[in-house]
Amino acid sequence: MRLDHTAEDEEFRARLREWLAVVLPKLPAKPSPADWPGRRAYDAGWQRALYDAGYADVHWDATPARRLIFLEETEKAGAPYVGANFVGLLHAGPTIAAEGTPGQRDRWLGPILRGEEIWCQGFSEPEAGSDLAALRTRAVRDGDAYVVSGSKIWTSHAEVADWCELLVRTDPAAPRHRGISWLAMPMDAPGVTVRPLRTLAGSTEFAEMFLDEVRVPVSHRVGAENDGWRVTMVTLSFERGTAFVGEVVACRRTLGELARAARANGRWDDPVLRRRLGRLHAEFGALWRLTQWNVSEAAGAGVAGSGVAGVPGVGGSVFKLRYSHARQELYEAAAEVLGAGSLDLDREWVLDRLSSLSYTIAAGTSQIQQNIVAERILGLPKGR
Amino acid sequence: MDFQLTEEQRDLRAGVRDLLAGRYGRDALRAAVDSGPVVDRRLWQELGGAGFFALRLPEAAGGVGLGMPEAVLVFEEAGRALLPGPLVATHLAAGLVPGAAEGRAVVTAYDFGAGGPVAYLAESDAVLGAAGPVTGEPVASVDPLTPLSRVAGPGVSPYRSGGFGGLVDEGALLTAALQLGSALRTVELAVEYARTREQFGQPIGAFQAVKHLCAQMLVRAELARTAVYAAAVTGDAAEIAGAKLLADEAAVLGARDCLQVHGGMGFTWEADVHLHLKRAWVRAEQWRTAAEAEELLAAELLGVE
Repeated sequence: MRLDHTAEDEEFRARLREWLAVVLPKLPAKPSPADWPGRRAYDAGWQRALYDAGYADVHWDATPARRLIFLEETEKAGAPYVGANFVGLLHAGPTIAAEGTPGQRDRWLGPILRGEEIWCQGFSEPEAGSDLAALRTRAVRDGDAYVVSGSKIWTSHAEVADWCELLVRTDPAAPRHRGISWLAMPMDAPGVTVRPLRTLAGSTEFAEMFLDEVRVPVSHRVGAENDGWRVTMVTLSFERGTAFVGEVVACRRTLGELARAARANGRWDDPVLRRRLGRLHAEFGALWRLTQWNVSEAAGAGVAGSGVAGVPGVGGSVFKLRYSHARQELYEAAAEVLGAGSLDLDREWVLDRLSSLSYTIAAGTSQIQQNIVAERILGLPKGR
Repeated sequence: MDFQLTEEQRDLRAGVRDLLAGRYGRDALRAAVDSGPVVDRRLWQELGGAGFFALRLPEAAGGVGLGMPEAVLVFEEAGRALLPGPLVATHLAAGLVPGAAEGRAVVTAYDFGAGGPVAYLAESDAVLGAAGPVTGEPVASVDPLTPLSRVAGPGVSPYRSGGFGGLVDEGALLTAALQLGSALRTVELAVEYARTREQFGQPIGAFQAVKHLCAQMLVRAELARTAVYAAAVTGDAAEIAGAKLLADEAAVLGARDCLQVHGGMGFTWEADVHLHLKRAWVRAEQWRTAAEAEELLAAELLGVE
């Protein structure tokens, strides 16, 4: 068991730190949360800067240690988050890299890395949320294209996306997990309609998407026809395994700020609150270590449940369950520190508190994650 | 960075698990419960012979020369087996108290803090940090395998009042490792029972309500496991406090949930669940309580950038 880094990795850290210190002060002002075109431009610009400096592919090609160092240092330095590039960089990109043909990798990976093309996720449907295998969007083969009809929901960044990682049903007669395919759909194709949804935080973080006989070339299918479920599991294990790494670092920083705010306004004298913050410190510290454990484990032979080297396995569910809960606890504690100030919607804390409510729902609800842990890790029987 | 067990560490853990399964299996555990809480001196010496207490002593001093990560793995197995006796104190006494390293001496400690009881006082040859012999009156202990004594005087040794570092941290971390082993064992006990016990025509483990209890037990145990392992690698005081806090929680709540999964059976003396719960309660009071750990972590938080 080692937590120290090699001299080369520490050199990588030092170089990155130096670079961040130079580029971050020159960044343009951050656009407002509601300005989606502005956010896209901002996130794309940051991704291009990473590309030019040689850091763009750190999530795909680097060793786990480098990936963690990158996330740790960018977060500590207050660098922009992956933002609109989330799906492309941490989701669709790794999936295409793992499952795509050489031609598909050539077509899509470069533009993702350079921030030129933004991806969104077309997995969930009104009738298929956490029960993803219940999806009904149909794709019927017509010559060299699939004709896709149906609707998707909770599609983050759909307004500004160029491509959609789309799950469709290509064989309605097959058992529900077996008739699904994974397609790359261009968002400007005729028949695609996007309608933004307003969240309880007042933002338009995600959208509904209506697909009316959209033609998607068969060559845009990643993985074999009807093998989309397995490809999806590869994607989701990425999401649950590593996608939250930077956020854990951010939460640790936020917790420190919260402690200092509590000391400044006198709330720190309350031992109950103080102890609550101390406990959260233990939680986020351990979650960071759990991330290092999961990533180290995945870097080995691959983890039981994923079957793919380099892909985190069901251990990601353990992380996701605890992290989503801890994040909500963090903002509940923040509300206690702020008192009536927690009702002021102009404060960033308050928006973060609202958005934290999605964490136990998005990417598979906590209830579904618990079923996964119970059935796939503990081997309890399937049932109700 | 490769935060995974090495081949040697896996082998060590498997070896200790085999040793304890053969030497202190369930029959031995239940026999000890029935016959009263006496430290088995022969077993103690066998543990000493296997390097249990001298694990971290340098080879030049007759020890095994391994580090805290290995000690934590060994103590995890002891916790899983519910092995009784002042294991942590005797381990810490190796090299300080004659005979402790070899398991010839049984050594306890003032690990409950000021005014607290002392465990295994009558069974022990020495109290770590005490200048001379210590006497006390027996207390009816909640844990049938951890006798407690009320001792006269302050009952605080310099290693406790001296703040962080040194033996308190090591004691807290090794106790956390015992809690971790117990937590992992109660997950196994609950899952075994949930897979076999049938109600309403199917195993109770098929019901989501039961599944979710078991899943949460595993989540707590796995978080505690990484916290304990990481603290063993870094030796950082706040990280050790966090590991103790999370391992205490995993052990106590794990035993409670395990009892719930066992239903009425869980409330009986025959089920082992109560032994795990009672021992977890004892350990939660040793070396570093939740309140102490949280205050330590809170203080550290103000210094975190």
